[in-house]
Amino acid sequence: MVRPTRVTNDIRRLRFAHGEMTQAELAERVGVTRQTIIAIEQGRYSPSLEMAFQIASAFSVPLDDVFQYPATTKENAR
Amino acid sequence: MSRILYIGSAVMSYEEKGQWVYLAATTTAYGAYLVLMLGRAGTTPLAEIEYQPILLLTIGAAIAGSIIGRMAIEIVRPSESYREDVRDRDIGRFGEYVAGMVIGIGMVGPFILALIGADHFWIANAIYLVFVVQAVAGTVIKLLAYRRGF
Repeated sequence: MVRPTRVTNDIRRLRFAHGEMTQAELAERVGVTRQTIIAIEQGRYSPSLEMAFQIASAFSVPLDDVFQYPATTKENAR
Repeated sequence: MSRILYIGSAVMSYEEKGQWVYLAATTTAYGAYLVLMLGRAGTTPLAEIEYQPILLLTIGAAIAGSIIGRMAIEIVRPSESYREDVRDRDIGRFGEYVAGMVIGIGMVGPFILALIGADHFWIANAIYLVFVVQAVAGTVIKLLAYRRGF
């Protein structure tokens, strides 16, 4: 019924790579609550496409540097 | 006890806390209604109990309890933000969808009771029960979505 998303992400790594950005700072940039950033990081919430782009934009990286999906990981695409 | 207000190291969102308060208020009020009704059932047949004041009182208490409970929790554990975000809205819609299905199916019971000419007591109580069940179902679904994923 309620199941976690299969989308994985590197938000935590990217936050630390970007000056140890806090979850609160990222939440502020994206316009959501910190709890939503935590849920996305932990794979408990799959963000909308628009929010995914906003998160990627906050790190100035392409979307697939932030989010991956099992069937379309770079390794599987080769 | 206050551990329930945390997810990992983060205090839970304002909207999630609201769901917990609503669930507690609804179930407590309905439980109180049943206790008060069954307490009077010993001397009077159930359908002859003057249920209206008790029913209205417990519904009013549930509403007041939700408001007061929410204020009390914010005093004890203030939320980081009072803004509803896209995840809160997604979860809210999902919960309301489930609650809508429950109420749609559940209202068949009071409808049948009305068709067969049952006493107002049974119709009113069946409707109250359906409202409580849909509130609990919708809220539990929302809380599962907050806790386990959505």
